[in-house]
Parts: sequence; C-alpha cells; structure tokens
Amino acid sequence: MIQPFGTATDIAAAVRSGQISASFVVDQHLGQIAQLEDEICAFNIVTVEQARSRANEIDAQIAAGEDPGPLAGVPVALKDNLCTRGIPTTCSSRILEGWKPPYDATVVELLHQAGAVIIGKTNMDEFAMGSSTENSAFRPTRNPHNLSRVPGGSSGGSAAAVAAGFTPIALGSDTGGSIRQPAALCGVVGVKPTYGRVSRYGLVAFASSLDQIGPFTKTVADAALVTDVIARPDGRDSTSISEPAQSTARVLHEGVAGLRVGVVAELCGEGIDSDVAARLQEAVAALEEAGAQIGQASVPAAIYGLSAYYLIAPAEASSNLARYDGVRYGLRVAANSSPAMNIATRSAGFGEEVKRRIMLGTYALSAGYYDAYYGKAQKVRTLIIQDFAQAWEEFDLLLSPTSPTTAFLLGERTADPMAMYMSDVCTVPVNLTGQTAMSVPYGCGDDGLPVGVQIMAPALGEPVMFRAAAVLEASL
Amino acid sequence: MTADRLDVPGLGVSADTEWEIVVGLEVHAELATQTKLFSASSNRFGGEPNTHIDSVSLGLPGSLPVVNQKAVELAIRVGLALNCTVGPSVFARKNYFYPDMPKGYQISQYDQPINTNGWLELPGGKRIGIERAHLEEDTGKTTHIGGSGRIHEAGYSLVDYNRAGVPLIEIVGRPELRSAQEARQYVAELRAILVAVRASDGKMEEGSLRVDCNVSVRPMGSEALGTRCEIKNVNSLRSMGRAIDYEARRQIELLMSGELVAQQTRHWNEDDGCTHALRSKEEDYDYRYFPEPDLLPLDPDPEWVEEIRQRLPALPRDRRLELAKAAPSVDVDHIALVVERSMDTLTLVAIDEGGAPERVMTHVVHNLAEGSGELTAGALAEMVQMEEAGELTATQAKKVLSTLVDGGGSPRQVAQTLGFEAIQSSELASIVDGLIAQYSDEWSRYCAGETKLTGFFVGQVMKATQGRADGKVVTQLLHSRLEP
Repeated sequence: MIQPFGTATDIAAAVRSGQISASFVVDQHLGQIAQLEDEICAFNIVTVEQARSRANEIDAQIAAGEDPGPLAGVPVALKDNLCTRGIPTTCSSRILEGWKPPYDATVVELLHQAGAVIIGKTNMDEFAMGSSTENSAFRPTRNPHNLSRVPGGSSGGSAAAVAAGFTPIALGSDTGGSIRQPAALCGVVGVKPTYGRVSRYGLVAFASSLDQIGPFTKTVADAALVTDVIARPDGRDSTSISEPAQSTARVLHEGVAGLRVGVVAELCGEGIDSDVAARLQEAVAALEEAGAQIGQASVPAAIYGLSAYYLIAPAEASSNLARYDGVRYGLRVAANSSPAMNIATRSAGFGEEVKRRIMLGTYALSAGYYDAYYGKAQKVRTLIIQDFAQAWEEFDLLLSPTSPTTAFLLGERTADPMAMYMSDVCTVPVNLTGQTAMSVPYGCGDDGLPVGVQIMAPALGEPVMFRAAAVLEASL
Repeated sequence: MTADRLDVPGLGVSADTEWEIVVGLEVHAELATQTKLFSASSNRFGGEPNTHIDSVSLGLPGSLPVVNQKAVELAIRVGLALNCTVGPSVFARKNYFYPDMPKGYQISQYDQPINTNGWLELPGGKRIGIERAHLEEDTGKTTHIGGSGRIHEAGYSLVDYNRAGVPLIEIVGRPELRSAQEARQYVAELRAILVAVRASDGKMEEGSLRVDCNVSVRPMGSEALGTRCEIKNVNSLRSMGRAIDYEARRQIELLMSGELVAQQTRHWNEDDGCTHALRSKEEDYDYRYFPEPDLLPLDPDPEWVEEIRQRLPALPRDRRLELAKAAPSVDVDHIALVVERSMDTLTLVAIDEGGAPERVMTHVVHNLAEGSGELTAGALAEMVQMEEAGELTATQAKKVLSTLVDGGGSPRQVAQTLGFEAIQSSELASIVDGLIAQYSDEWSRYCAGETKLTGFFVGQVMKATQGRADGKVVTQLLHSRLEP
C-alpha cells in the first residue's frame, strides 16, 4: 500500500553516493511513523534520538570519504526479542519490564557494521508465541492494509512496519512461521534462513532448535541484500554453520530456467482458501513461463508437522522461559519467600498463551509422558526430514501457500487456540527440518488483502530460492 | 543405580543376622580450567560475590553456551584414568527452579555421557566399577538469611553466581563398596587420580570435591540390593565415614525392628552426628531432562583421545608400585602418603642418587609434610649420606633439612654454617673420659650394671657438645670404657 520512500538498495546507493543524507532518510521515516503509528501500533519503542545520532555518524563518515557499508543510512526496525545494548528488550512481555540488555545481538552488530540505522523495536506476540500479534502484553498491532485485520504473527510489528513504510527493513524471528506468515498477511517479503545460517546470539529464545532470525523487506533484492549481511558464521552460537554463506544478491537475476519446482500436495489441499490456492497456481504458471519444470511433490509426513511442532516448541519454551524467576532482572512481585516470589512473579508476568505453552511443554517432558509426547514428536520430526530429503531428490524448490487465508479480523481467533495454530500449518514443517523458506507477495485475495506464496529450498539453498523469488516478483 | 530392592523386612532376618553395607558414591569434582564450562568468565575459587560473571553465568536472555574445549579435554583425561570408554556424548537440560540456578536448568549430560564403564582400583587391589563420568555445570551459591536458614523460612536470600557455570565432572561409582573404610579409600584414590592427571585440585574443604553417598544394607549373602538413601553434605573423608556408619546402623535398626527403609535423600549433620530426611522419593524433582538444543553433541576425534591418553601422567597406582620397588621395606601407608603428596619423584631421585631408601622416606614422610620448598633431590641424597656416615645426628639432620627447604643449597655448607661439623672422635673420647672422672660415683654404679645411667652420661655429653655428638657413638664409647 504505502510505499513513499525508496527500497533499502536505492537508499543505500543514494546515501553512499552523497545524493541524500542519512539524516534526511531517517527523518523521512520518523515522519511517516509519527503520522501512522498511532493507528498501526507496530513499535514498542521508536529510538528517535539514537537513530538521529546514528544517522549523523553515517553522514560524518560519508563527509570524511569513508564507506559506511552496504546498508549505509538504511533504517531498520528490530523485533523486540533481539537484544539491543541499553535499549529495553521486552519480548512484548510484562516479565521483562525494565530490562536493558548489556549487549547487542550478533545481527544487530552486523547491521551496524553495514551502516544501518536502528529506528526502533517492534511489537510481537509475547515471546513470539502467536500468529496475530494479539498476544502482545502491550497492545495488538494492526494490518496497514486494513486496520480491522491482524498483521499476522508473531513478528507482526516488523511486518506492519515495513508494509506501512515506517522502515524499508525489519528483522523478525521465525520459529514456526513467525516471519513468513505475517509477511504474507502484510504483503511484504519475509525470509526464514536455514537453521544455523544466522546467529541466534542475542535472540531471546522461544524454541532453540527452531528459532531463526530473518528479514522483512519490500522487495526480493532488499531481502537478498539483508540476508547477505546477517548470514555469517558466529562462534558465540554453537549451532551456527561455520562455512561462509553463498551470496544471494549476486545470483538474483539468474532466473529459473531448468529448475525443478514441486508443488507440495499435502500443503495445498484442505483448509486452503480458494483465492489463496488460485494465486499459488498463478505463481506456478509464472515460474513455468520462466522455464522451470513444474511437478507435483509429496511430503506425506508434513501433515503431522503442526502436531509435532506444538509439542517440541512448548517443551523447549518451558525450559527456556524458566529463567524468568524475578531473581536477576525484569519483573519481581514481592512475596514471603523466594519460591513464593518466583510463583507470584511468573503468574503476574506471563500472559495466557505463554502460560498455556509452558504447561503444555512441561507436561510433554514429564516423567512417564516424555516418550508418548516429546519423544514421539521428535520421531515425527525425523520422518518429516526424511520425506523432504526424498522430495529434494526430485526437486530443487518446493512451493505452497504461506498462509491458508488472508489476514483475519482482530479477535476472530483469540478464543480458539486451535484455529489460531492452524495459521502455521504450511510454515511449520520447514522449521522442523531446518531448511530455508520465504514468503513472496503474490496478488490479493477476494477481500483485496495480500496473499503470499511460500518457496522452500533445501538447507543452504538460499541462492536458488532467491532466484525463484525474483522471477515471481518480476512476473506481477 | 537400578536394582531389585529388598522390600520385605523380616524375611530371613533375625537377631543374629549379619549385615552387609552397600555404598555407591557420586563424586562431583570441579575441573581446573581457566574459564567456565560455557563462557569466558574466570573459574577461580572465591572472589567478591558476583565478580566472576557474564551474560551466560547469569542466564541473561539471548545468551548462549559455547563449550570450553579444555574442560572436555580434562573430562577425557579423567575418563581415561578411570579406564572408561570415551565416546560421543550429548548435553541435556536438567530442569528445576532454584535462585542460584540462573537459567532454571542445569546443563548436564544424561543418557549419553562422555565417559562410561570404567573402574578404579583400591590400594588393596579391589576394583570398583565406574558407571559414568559426565560433564556438567556448577550452580551458584545461595545464602538464606533469617529463619532456619532454609529457603522457605528465610527473611531474604543472597545469591552469588561466581560458581555458576564452573565445569564439573560427576563420577558415578557402582554400589560395590562394602564399608565406610572402603568408601574413604575410594575417595582418597579418586582424589589422587584427579590431582595426578591435573584435572582438579581435589580440595574437599573448598568444595571442589563433593561426595554424595548412596547407602543401603542387606543380610550378608543376599544378592538383592536394599532400599538406598542418598546422603548429602559430607564435607570431609572423616565425616563421610561417620555418615555412612551412622546411616547403615540406622537402616539396620529399622529393619531389625520390622520396619521398612524409605528411599530418601538425607542430610548429614556434622554437629549431632546424624542424618536427617530432606525429601522422599515421591517428593523428588522431576527434572524433565531433554537434549540441550543450544549445543551440538560432543564427538571427540579418536585421534585426539589417543593423543590425550599418550600424554596422560603416571597414575597414583603405578607411582606407588614404582616407589615400593625402590623402597621395599617401607610401610605401604607411607608409600601412599608420599605419592598423595606428589613427592614420589623427589624421593625416587634421592634414592637413585645414593640416599638410603628408609632414611629418605623417613624424612619425606615426617619432615616434609609442608612441602619440599627449595630442597633438591641431590641435596636430600647427600644429606642422608652424611647422616649415614655419622657426620650428622638425627636432630641436626632435621635442622639442615628445614634450612634446605627454606633456602636451598648444599647440605654440607648448611651444616657448616649451622656449626654442625662432626666432632672428631678423639675429641669426643676425651670429653667422655673427663665426664667419667667428674662423675666417679655414677660411673661406678654404671659399671656395676645400672644401665639406665647411660642416659645420664649421654645427656652430659650432649650438654658439653651443645648437641653435636651422636648418641649412638657416645654409647659405644661408654661401653668401651667398661672394665673387661
């Protein structure tokens, strides 16, 4: 909808060549925020002063003849679960009230080194648990395309910020679809890189074996630009892939001629709205037109992805969230003893959905239930990995809708957790396998709201995935 | 320890039933690394509270663990020294709440530990099985102020995270110890091994070595294991021995009076000499172990493990054997003591350079308890030789030794400086003759067979020579002056 300013690629080029100043760019975006943020509520905090002073630094570098880097002067919004030194990092939860991290996440350092300007921290479902950003402890974010609709989640604030023109780039985190689904619902590009490709150091953990950081942008080229900046090996994250990443930006225009693209049958059937399915078919046709070989792919175990996900993710979350005990940081509710303080703090500090998942996960790991729940979910995960491995023997890329529906109404699914969980049915399998996937906007539904197409690639298949994304974008 | 339990008291139990004590020990040892198991914070004992900390030690949101390779190497050394199989392993989270557990879980190893299936040989030759020896992180320390000093009643609690994340190896022994005495030998030997391979300083008093005792009893000859209790808070070998003996007696008394032993965790109280129930099996935590997703499995390269094996220092058992060979007539306890003090190399070299083995050992055992300081093996050998030649008395030798320990040097020079030059035998003879003349009454009585006067004359000679005479030589001189 509102695209008043250039892409990240254009802004960086203009700033690096001295055509415009970083300060001008930042003020322009802060102006847009001032105008629309009250309605959209994308941010938990807009770091106006820090952004302006950072922009001045970039301008001074330019004046001194230095190159600030490939993201020179480009505003970036960060999901509020990414640690920022001295700036509150809340995960949209009461329990982290008042906490300011003493360090930056690795991705924040990398963006900084590339010349980017952090303009704020975005709203999210509490601890990234949700698909609509309605689980924020502060307030829901609204979809810039229609304020009565949700932006998706959990990175809804980041998706909305890009869609509303508040920033050309935002980072989110994707545990079960939390980048791709809101990207689809807000009509922007969203990327979940291969697990281990982007360092998780400084990302407040939800489910450690599934979490991955990725970008939201307006264009595929911008997404490639940011991916190339943040996809680096990092010794501070033991699960980080130690080999350097292949550039995605460099191969962007190599096309899809000869690529084998499969449409995943199991993710395109029941439960997918017909308008969403129609856009997917148009995308398939566009790829075929561009020279790809199209086929029907089957990943039978993918239908169990959601069930496995809703055991594994809560199990890890129940452990990851145990540290919020009121002892060292964040909220503390006084009580008569240390264990009572612990209980009072957690009861007051966590929202309903977070509590639901902590209980679910604790149960799944309990003595006597471990094998039936967590253990079995891990076996299903292995089956899904095996089924995808088989599909990759026949195909270079796989396609599906990103979300079964377009953006739904605020409040429409809050009373029914299962309906909400179904939003992730197409995105979850890829988190379980660790592969990469992205959502590319592809037209609108019958309600005029954006539809996203999901492109999936094998682990480290980002370059070929971006080639297909560029073809889809160009075909619109 | 999973085994059938003796749940039927009274079955075959009578007043004259003989009981067997069964003990299995879980030993936690802090590994002697520079930094913590998963972060770069210092691993040093003590320090102002909360000064050896960082984002990982505090479990700050967004922090991630990275394994300290040195800790892995030390764990492998321990595993090899305990004859374990070293293999691939997986870190796991052990979940429970406690203020000094910064993440709400402890990173440990569960179903796939780094070291499995080894054994340790007690000095007497009995082998005790080692089930596993795994890596885990230590917790911080909580001090509860007010109330009974327990968490639920305290006015407030203070937490120090300096120790949080310090690398530990937990060595789980099989229930094959049969007495408090064996348990003490086991821990002493284990400590000697840990120190020998430089994996840990083994200091029980600083808490770098901690022991939990699983104790049960059964009628002698029974195959099944009795219900066990786990005893915590034993802070020395002595209190461990007392705790095991107390606990075994408590269980036997229960069984003899027809009651059951309840599976419990019990706390040893040093002051009243009793164990007290902490929690029952039913109240025990459900730790909800699962594989730690923030860390990759450890898969040590077999070549690396082999390299560590090659570089492994000699173990206490082999060192004791070597020393016993060099000093065959010396008591085994003294041999063990010298090895435990890491003075066996000094001793062996001193013997090799000509020091009489028994005398060298006597000095090392009795006069070098505080360490050897500046003393070299060559100097020790030379001093022992002087002593053997009658150039130094035992008392003089002791003084020379302590001077050598403090400042080094050659024993001959030290003896000179101290004025310990041996008295010429002619000089000594004339002193003896003079004293015989001076104390003619005493001499007559001595000649008449009152041999206890030997002491009197030796004393007088010592007085006259300021202790420089050798008592044995004086006695011989007195003897030679007797009427034939």
